[in-house]
Amino acid sequence: MRVALFVPCYVDQFYPQVAIAMLRLLQQLGCTVDVPAGQTCCGQPMANAGFNSLSGPCFGQFNRVFVGHKIVVVPSGSCVLHLKEHNPAFEGQIYELCEFLTDVLAIKSLPDSSSSQRGTVRVGLHQSCHGQRGLRLAAMSERNEPAFSKPETLLRLVEGVELVPLNRADECCGFGGTFCVTEEAVSVKMGKDRVADHLRAGADVITGTDMSCLMHLEGILRRQGSTVQVKHIAEILYEC
Amino acid sequence: MPNVVEHAAGARQFVTDEPRTDWHDQTLWFVRQKRDRMAHSLPEWETLRQWASQIKDHALANLSQYLERLEAQVEANGIQVHWAANAEEHNRIVEQIVRQSGGPGGVRVVKSKSMLTEECHLNDYLIRNGILVVDTDLGERIVQLRQEAPSHIVLPAIHLKKTDVSQTFARHLGTDPTNSDPQYLTEAARQHLREEFLGATVAITGVNFAVAETGTLVVCTNEGNADLGVHLADVHIACMGIEKVIPRQEHLGVFLRLLARSATGQPITTYSSHFVRPRPLSNGKRQAMHLILVDNGRSTQLGRPDFRNSLKCIRCGACFNTCPVYRRSGGHSYHNAVAGPIGSILAPNLDMKKNADLPFASTLCGSCANVCPVKIDIDKQLWLWRQELTRQGMAPVSKTLAMRLMSTVLSSPVLYGWSGKIGRRLMRLFPGLVSNRFNPWYRGREMPQPPQQSFGEWYRQQPKKHE
Ligand code: SF4
Repeated sequence: MRVALFVPCYVDQFYPQVAIAMLRLLQQLGCTVDVPAGQTCCGQPMANAGFNSLSGPCFGQFNRVFVGHKIVVVPSGSCVLHLKEHNPAFEGQIYELCEFLTDVLAIKSLPDSSSSQRGTVRVGLHQSCHGQRGLRLAAMSERNEPAFSKPETLLRLVEGVELVPLNRADECCGFGGTFCVTEEAVSVKMGKDRVADHLRAGADVITGTDMSCLMHLEGILRRQGSTVQVKHIAEILYEC
Repeated sequence: MPNVVEHAAGARQFVTDEPRTDWHDQTLWFVRQKRDRMAHSLPEWETLRQWASQIKDHALANLSQYLERLEAQVEANGIQVHWAANAEEHNRIVEQIVRQSGGPGGVRVVKSKSMLTEECHLNDYLIRNGILVVDTDLGERIVQLRQEAPSHIVLPAIHLKKTDVSQTFARHLGTDPTNSDPQYLTEAARQHLREEFLGATVAITGVNFAVAETGTLVVCTNEGNADLGVHLADVHIACMGIEKVIPRQEHLGVFLRLLARSATGQPITTYSSHFVRPRPLSNGKRQAMHLILVDNGRSTQLGRPDFRNSLKCIRCGACFNTCPVYRRSGGHSYHNAVAGPIGSILAPNLDMKKNADLPFASTLCGSCANVCPVKIDIDKQLWLWRQELTRQGMAPVSKTLAMRLMSTVLSSPVLYGWSGKIGRRLMRLFPGLVSNRFNPWYRGREMPQPPQQSFGEWYRQQPKKHE
């Protein structure tokens, strides 16, 4: 299958290893992966701050770069949700990484999982809200609905990963785009509470589908002097 | 923004006391969990939400018809109907009725919980005009004694601990300041309120649901204070926002099942009182009953297609209890009678300038929309209000300029590539440039470590074997 990779701006600039892991993972799974040149940002930072009108130039650039590509895969639920809701040009063609793996490729195993000789890693899964509630990557505790979780299904394919149970399985981390600076005090308090839940559960690694939430949690962990790692789900799936 | 502390500043103040913030968060989370147990034990839960949402949509789409039907029915039942275009009119009508009811020695008024009267600042108005009004809901009485506003629409005193209540009662009711036993304090409140009930001539209540078909006014409480007030006073004034009308009696079966489960995790409120017609008094006359129908901005909101369905709200408070921001910033930080997520989409309609900060007091996590028993898309409306406020010129100039710059850089591959490279290099060479106290990110968090290469730079160096 031929797919194009969209790497959101902050992942490109601060977390290149996430995009590399995703690229390699998709290639290992047999995809031909294009990374069209000239990609920048989905426009979400402006839109969530009340300037959706300024998302327009970003949509224009996105649409020029990805024209002709049938499937675009993105390692961020939040960017995908923004593109889906506000940029109709690629309707039905944009996928968040996990949903692409479980719904389109419908993988039942990961490339190297049998050869893995690592010990057990205790992993805390942070459900980023836009992916979980917006894209429906997982059932939500608010609703009376059968349990399901696309990221969890994938993590269970990784040998040696032990998912730790959290007290609040799907509470927001408090990143929230510009909220993280305009409402800095509450944002940090929310992040500290999320981190505390993962630490109490004994997580060695906190993972998730959105690097923006993880960047915020990482910032808090580092400030606390914690050695707990933060990894995008692509890094865990590829590492195996 | 004169006299209003913006949400972010109020919230910062609130979280300064971290143990208290934790307590507030955990108390409300406990209520959310009780709600979850109820919601998850009814197989038809999501269907009920769907029905409730559709009934409300229908009622709002035909609001004028149902209001006229309600008026006719209520009048036929012997209740006098008043229409108030705004808060001032509402308050004046109440004042007039109270004055007309006055015997020698003045009138005493008891009031059970009504968010509408909070919205209209009725207490302030009556007290300014020399009329004594006493809130009879325990939580509301506590905040009234403290001259504070309720911080939650269902749990008005949730920002207070029992030791705070003990101090308040000691000052106002003469209780022992060292005793904060809830039973002791509640008993003191009961004795105090009993006096008020017995001396009251007028009882004011809110209305949870007004049935157009029958003219029934339904009031839900856990303390029975609405009933006690109404059954002892010669005059009953029921105040309702025009959006509270529902078409038929049978629809109550949907709403009453959802309301208390969503609010506190109870199957139903302890009292669901149906007031239909004035009761006979012992002197052979009948009680006087009044219904005040209040607009106060509701028809404006109804005229905003993006925001009209916020009027479906049944004021259960579930969106407050689930909101991770509300739990950590407290109701007063929202500087509006209705706080929390729903308050943040109702308030800008009432005063856009004063409440321009509220739609930004959210991470848009979407939990509110999914607990809401009438399926209001609160997070979507918060996002839409942000756009609307920008269109109306409410964004600060500095923010507008920053956003324009961001858009220019982030939509141009060349500018984006340069600024990313330069920015990362500067961060590596001079970490103090960003890791300083003027950077709000850095106050409570470390900055991410900038890598040597961006993904784009790395990718361009890879041999293109796969092409
Ligand atoms: S918006 Fe929904 S959840 Fe919030 S108070 Fe109203 S009915 Fe309840």
